[in-house]
Amino acid sequence: MKKLSLEELEKKAYDIRMDIIKMLEHAKSGHSAGPLGLADIFTALYFDILKHDPKKPEWDQRDLLLLSNGHCVPVQYASMAHAGYFDKKELMTLRQFGSRLQGHPERSKLPGLETTSGPLGSGLSQAAGMALALRMNKDHHRWVYVVLGDGEQNEGNIWEAAMLASKYKLNNIIAITDRNNIQIDGPTESVMPLEDLKEKWEAFGWYVIDIDGNNMEAIIDACAMGRAIVEKPVMIIAHTIPGKGVDFMEYDFHWHGAPPNVEQAKLALHELRTLQGKIRGEHE
Amino acid sequence: MNLYLVDDILGKDIAKEPIRKGFGRGLLEAGMRNENVVAACADLTDSTQMSLFAKEFPERFIEIGVAEQNLVTVGSGMAALGKIPFVSSYAAFSPGRNWEQIRTTICLNDRPVKIVGSHAGLYTGKDGATHQMLEDIALMRVLPNMVVVVPGGGPEAEKATLALAEDKRPSYLRLAREPTPILTTDQTPFEIGKAYVYAEGHDITVISTGTMTYQAMVAAEKLFKDGIDVEVIHCPTIKPLDAATILKSAQKTGRVITVEEAQINGGLGGAVAELLSEEHPVPLRRMGVRDRFGESGDPDELLAHFGLTAKHIMMTAHDMMDK
Repeated sequence: MKKLSLEELEKKAYDIRMDIIKMLEHAKSGHSAGPLGLADIFTALYFDILKHDPKKPEWDQRDLLLLSNGHCVPVQYASMAHAGYFDKKELMTLRQFGSRLQGHPERSKLPGLETTSGPLGSGLSQAAGMALALRMNKDHHRWVYVVLGDGEQNEGNIWEAAMLASKYKLNNIIAITDRNNIQIDGPTESVMPLEDLKEKWEAFGWYVIDIDGNNMEAIIDACAMGRAIVEKPVMIIAHTIPGKGVDFMEYDFHWHGAPPNVEQAKLALHELRTLQGKIRGEHE
Repeated sequence: MNLYLVDDILGKDIAKEPIRKGFGRGLLEAGMRNENVVAACADLTDSTQMSLFAKEFPERFIEIGVAEQNLVTVGSGMAALGKIPFVSSYAAFSPGRNWEQIRTTICLNDRPVKIVGSHAGLYTGKDGATHQMLEDIALMRVLPNMVVVVPGGGPEAEKATLALAEDKRPSYLRLAREPTPILTTDQTPFEIGKAYVYAEGHDITVISTGTMTYQAMVAAEKLFKDGIDVEVIHCPTIKPLDAATILKSAQKTGRVITVEEAQINGGLGGAVAELLSEEHPVPLRRMGVRDRFGESGDPDELLAHFGLTAKHIMMTAHDMMDK
């Protein structure tokens, strides 16, 4: 695949955001905030970071990408469609009967998905299993990328996996936490405080990189740095803005689990098209 | 079909072995046959007999620690890369604690992870109710894609382990702790999905699984002397159930008893009841644990207390014949 320039990547992330809005409005169900916030990370992964071939999803030298917080899958579907895994028209079948684009990602339905997820907390341990298997196979040129939600780190399974990856020094894992500070019931720090999240992961034996998860360059640089760390697994804590790019959705946890209606989608698309993220200053 | 069972099942010197020992041998052999066989354990490597494999193939063994949710999901991840993972703990913890992970990351994901639950059933004895897993068959049987195997003795567990290593489906292998009489020989066949007629008879069909088949065989021999001709079907695969063998026997005898060392709700008793009520309703008695928990004690004391000895099977058979 042709490498995109930084500007092209940033533009691509907004095209993907627009598709997310269209998909969710059409499906009339799904999560809005998380996928919009993750658009830069997924654009960076599919168009710069991952070694993959959309025409050969089973390519045996591909990097592996897992989405542990499966409810954010619209951003992955949109990114895959833009990368050429399937036709963009199929995006409008999201959550419909017979669609390959299930409400939560289902591996056996759609080539290119590495696992089935949705129930939270089990992506990191699957990534650890994959990393162990790659090492057993002496496959030292493939990476396992796993995207985690922040709210899902309430789950004990995550920390079981954190200990294991550290014990076995699984330096072929690059985990990315979508630190958007919201979960369904409200702000993460009121539902179940996670801070100091960086110190937690460091205490569990991980190398932690803290970045602005809506900064394309920072995402790409952090993953490059992560691949260079040899003695530890790597956790990138990516601070993202939930609902990023749509003014009325940004930072509002009510949009965690809700789709836009027709009018809201129209407004959201207009903002995404014209502002391209320039609303951020208003909040800072 | 000659099943090459041991000759003198009622003899006092019948050999015994914990079923889990057979698993340990089988896993070691599976590991030798196929380098993709890997193993992971949640801090019970010796108890589950995974230690033989771990010692021989340390680079293919993962010590997970006391973390059963991680155990099965790491297994799922390894299976994604072509490995054939056997993951073991006590049945009370795996599949007891990690059911959703098994459902989503193994069954729905269709990954050939082999979940091995040791110390299942009342045979766990003195550890008491917390560790005597009785609901595992029901928990695993209800999952789409899942195969459920309950061997009756060590040698059968060894064959089952080798068969599961070659099978592409997710599966659950149930093991028991204390020594169990060995009914089979090297030549006795084992195939996933097959039930075996251990004794032919015309009056009553007794379908048993795991450790209970020995009790069923003892009961059958004694009942024959009482004039009741019992057909004993050993059913080591609960899912997929060997419907053909069970229905053929039920059509012949017209009476069925199921015996298991587990909750009858959702267990073998549940599976056979579902089959018979849809395909060929006949009088049925389900022997097993009836909607209650176990307690500490020697296995023999517990089997007597829960009504799961040969004597109890005989009483049930007589009662059925009298009606």
